[in-house]
Amino acid sequence: MAVVEVRGLRKEFGDVVAVDGVDLRSEEGEFLVLLGPSGCGKTTLLRMIAGLEQPTDGEILLGDENVIGLPPRARRIAMVFQSYALYPHMTVAGNIAFPLKAQGTDPTERAAKVQWAAELFGIERLLHRRPRQLSGGERQRVALARALVREPTVFLLDEPLSNLDAKLRAAARDDLMEFQRRIGITTIYVTHDQVEAMGMGDRIAVMNHGKVRQLGTPEEVYHHPADVFVAQFLGSPPMNLLETTNYLFGFRPEQFLPEGIADHEGDREPFTFHVNRIEYLGSERYLYGHIRGYDETKIIAMLPATVTLPISIDQDHKFSVARNQLRFFDRDDGNKIPPQTLDR
Amino acid sequence: MTWQDTDVPALRRRAERRHKMGRFGTYTIAIVFAFLAAFPFSWALISMFKQSNDLYVKDNNPFWFNEPPTLEHLRLLFVDTNYLTFIRNTLVVGLAVTLITLALALPVAYALARLRLRWGERMGIAIFLVYLIPPTLLFIPMTRVINYLGLQESLWALILVYPTITIPISAWLLMGFFKGIPMDLEEQAMVDGHSRIGAIGRVVLPLMFPGIIAVIVFAFTLSAHEFIYALAFNKSSAVKTIATGVPTELVRGDVFFWQSLQAAVILIAVPIALVFNAFLDRFITGFTMGAVKG
Amino acid sequence: MTAANAAGKRYLSDNPRFLAAVFMSPAVIYIIALVGFPFVLAIIYSFTDISTGNPELNFVGFETFRRVLADPVFREALWNTFLFAVIANLLVVVLATALAEVLIKDFKGKWLVRFLVLLPWVAPVSLATITWLWTLDSIFSPIDWVLRELGLITENMYWLGRPGSAMGSVIAVQVWRIVPLAAVIVMAGLIAIPSEINDAVAVDGAGSWRKRFQVTIPLLAPIIAVAVLFGVILTISDMSVVYVLTRGGPTNSTQVLSTWAFIKGIEGGALGQGAAVALFLLPVLIGITAVVLRLARRREVL
Repeated sequence: MAVVEVRGLRKEFGDVVAVDGVDLRSEEGEFLVLLGPSGCGKTTLLRMIAGLEQPTDGEILLGDENVIGLPPRARRIAMVFQSYALYPHMTVAGNIAFPLKAQGTDPTERAAKVQWAAELFGIERLLHRRPRQLSGGERQRVALARALVREPTVFLLDEPLSNLDAKLRAAARDDLMEFQRRIGITTIYVTHDQVEAMGMGDRIAVMNHGKVRQLGTPEEVYHHPADVFVAQFLGSPPMNLLETTNYLFGFRPEQFLPEGIADHEGDREPFTFHVNRIEYLGSERYLYGHIRGYDETKIIAMLPATVTLPISIDQDHKFSVARNQLRFFDRDDGNKIPPQTLDR
Repeated sequence: MTWQDTDVPALRRRAERRHKMGRFGTYTIAIVFAFLAAFPFSWALISMFKQSNDLYVKDNNPFWFNEPPTLEHLRLLFVDTNYLTFIRNTLVVGLAVTLITLALALPVAYALARLRLRWGERMGIAIFLVYLIPPTLLFIPMTRVINYLGLQESLWALILVYPTITIPISAWLLMGFFKGIPMDLEEQAMVDGHSRIGAIGRVVLPLMFPGIIAVIVFAFTLSAHEFIYALAFNKSSAVKTIATGVPTELVRGDVFFWQSLQAAVILIAVPIALVFNAFLDRFITGFTMGAVKG
Repeated sequence: MTAANAAGKRYLSDNPRFLAAVFMSPAVIYIIALVGFPFVLAIIYSFTDISTGNPELNFVGFETFRRVLADPVFREALWNTFLFAVIANLLVVVLATALAEVLIKDFKGKWLVRFLVLLPWVAPVSLATITWLWTLDSIFSPIDWVLRELGLITENMYWLGRPGSAMGSVIAVQVWRIVPLAAVIVMAGLIAIPSEINDAVAVDGAGSWRKRFQVTIPLLAPIIAVAVLFGVILTISDMSVVYVLTRGGPTNSTQVLSTWAFIKGIEGGALGQGAAVALFLLPVLIGITAVVLRLARRREVL
C-alpha cells in the first residue's frame, strides 16, 4: 500500500497547464523529492496533494483512499511552507497548539502534546517567545513541531530551506534529515536545488513543464538520466553534451580525464581537448575549453585536487572518457537511446 | 495509514456542504450590503422621473410608476436652476485643488519617505495631527481671513483653502507609494550621472503613476464633497458648488423639489462611483504600502 | 557631465538636507499659514466677544467660555458628538470587516456589488444625506410605506421628528457612508496577510470562525485601528449630515459640536462663541485617537 499515490493528475489554470498528467507512488517512510526549475509544477503538485488546490483531472490517494474533495485537515497531512508561515501574533506554544485546538483536543492533552513536540525539536525554552524573536533555524523547528504535533501520516515540505542563508542551510538540512529518519514518516519535499535533492532524497522525481521526466534514486537519475533535461539539470557543472549527425551524446565533467590518469586505459573514448581557461577552486580544478571536431560546444572538465598533472591553457590535451560512461540521447526528443558507436 | 475509523464519503459530503454554505453566505452578505448601500439611490433613481401627483401621494407605491414617468424634473434641474454652474464650479475647483495638492504633497511625501531626516518621523506625525484639526474648527477664523483677502464669494476662496484638507491625506498616501519603490533605482540613476532631481523625475515619478492617480481621485473627491467651507464662504448662487448648491437652491422655503433634487444627486454620484470602482485596486495598493510599511 | 560628476563636483541640489528643505517648505508654509494661523485665531476669538455685529477683538477672558458651557445645548452637543462617534464606529468596524471579507472573494456580479457598495462613500456627503431626507420623510418615507404595507405599523414613524429615532437616523447615515471607506481599508489589510498563513490555517484544520477570530482579525488589528481612526475623524468633524438631516433638532437632541458651532457662529453671528464651541472638538478627537492607538499598540503584531 502506498502512503501517497497520484494517478493521471492534471491541473490547468485557464490556458496554462501546470501539471500535465503525473503518476507517482511513494514508498512507506521514504523521503521523496520533487525536483525541478521554477514553474515546472512541483509546488502545484504538492499543493494538490495537500488539498490546497483542486485538480482538474486525476486521482489522489492517501493510503489507498481517494481524498479528492476532502479539505486539508481531513487528509492527515502536515505541511511546512517556504516562509514557515508561523502565526506572528502567537507565541511558539500558541503556534504549536493551534492545530490541536482546531481539532478540539482538550487543554491538558494539548499541553502535553505541545511539550512533547517542543522537546522533540529541542525548543522547549522558546515556548514563550514570538516568531519575530527567533532565528531562521529556530523558526524551522517551530514549523516542524507544529506540523508534527498532529501526528500526520504524510509530511509535505515546500522549499523550506530556500529562505535560509547558505551557512544555516547545511545545518538545517542536517536537522531535517535526522528528524525524518528518526520518525520514519513518509515525506514529500519540493526543491529546485539539485544538490539538496541529491543529498536528501531516497528517490527523486525530476519534473519539467508539468511532467515527471524521471523517477529514481539519486544514483539512477544522475548516472542514468532518462532524457537530456534530467541529464543537464542534475550535476553541477552540468553534463557536457555534444551533437553528431544522428544523435547527442554526453559525459559528466568529472568523467572527462586526461589520458594516463584514468583507472584503466582500455575501453576509453579518446578526445582532443583544447583548454581555454582554468579555474582553481582548491578541492578541484575546472577546465573550460572545447573538443576538436566539435568546436562550437563549450566543454567542462573537472579534475579533483588529487590529480596534480599540470595542464596549460591554449593547448590541446589528450583526454578520454570511459565508454560505459557515455550517455546517448535522441536528437529530436532528447530521450535516452541505447549506446551507440561513436562515428569519429 | 488506515481509514478504517473514518467514513470518507461522509467527510467529503460534509466538506462539500460546508463549501456550499460558504458560497451561500458570501452571496447573501454581498446582496444584503449592496441593497442597504444602494436603496436610497435606487429609490432616488425612480423618483426623479416621477410626476408630482404620483410622488406626493402617501399611499402610492414609491418603487413604481403609478403615473407615467416624466423628464420634466430633469428639465427643471438643468434649465431653471444653476445646476450646470454648480457642476462647472465643482470641476474647476476640483482640478485646481488637485494640481496644487500634487505640487505640494509630492515633494513632502518624497522627503519624508526617502531623505533620512532626524525629524522625519515627527514630521509625519505632525502632518497627521494637522489632518485632525477639522474645518469645523477653523471655518470661523478662516471666513475672516477670506474676507480680509477679499476672496469671499469666489471660487478662489475654495481653491486656496481646500488643499489644507487634501494635502495631509495625500502626503500620507504618497509616502506609502514612495516607500514601495526601491532606493536602488534612484541611486542607479545618480551613478549614471543624473542629479537627484533628474533621477526622481526620470525614474521614480513614472513608477509613482498609480499613487498619483489615487491622489488625483481622492483629492478631487474631497473637494467635491466639501461642505462647510463652501457654505461659509460662498453664499451667492453663481459660485456655489454642487455640495452646497443642490441642498440650498433646490429648496425654496419649505418646498423641496424632491424629484430634481434626487436627479441632481444621481447624476453626480453614479459617474464618481464608476471612476472609483475602476481605481479601487490602486487605492488598496496605496493603503497597503502606507499602513504596512509606514 | 558624467566626468564632472565623477570628479566629485556636488550640485547643491544633491545635498539631501537642502533638498529636504526645498521639498518640504512649500507644503509646510502653506499649512502654517492656512491651518496654523487660523487655529491660533480661533483660540484668540474664543477669548473675545467678537460677533458679526461687533467685529472688534475685545478680550473678555473666560467669559465667552462660561457662556458657552452654561448653555445646556452645548452639553447636549458635546455628549452627542462623543456618543455618535463611538456607536457609529463600533458598528462600522463590524460591518466593514464583514464586507471586506466578502469583497476580496471572487463571485459573480462582484463588480456590480463593489459599485453599489461604494456609492454611499463617493456621493458628496450633503447630496447623499438629501436622499436620506426623503427616505426618512415624515409623510412620504418609502420605509414607512413598506412597513405599512406589511402591516407592521399603522402610523408613520416620524424618524426625524422624534429625538430617539432622530439620533438613530443620524448614526445610521454616518455608518452607511463610512462603511465603504472602512471596508476598502480593511480589504487592504486582508490582502497584506501572506497567503502562506492562510494555507497554514487550512492545513492546521481551523474552521472559518476560528480562523476569523484567532488569526485573521488579530493580524488585521493595526489596519482596523487605521480604519477606526479615519471613521472617528470623519464622524466628529462632519457637519453636513446632522445639518442637512435635522439641523440639530428636534429640540437640539441631535445637535453636535460642529453644527452647534456653525449655528452659533455663522447663523447666529456670535463668532467668539462659535469658535469656543468648536475648540472642544479637539479634546474629543485627540482623546478618542489616543485610546484607539493605545488599543492597537497593545495588539501590535509584526
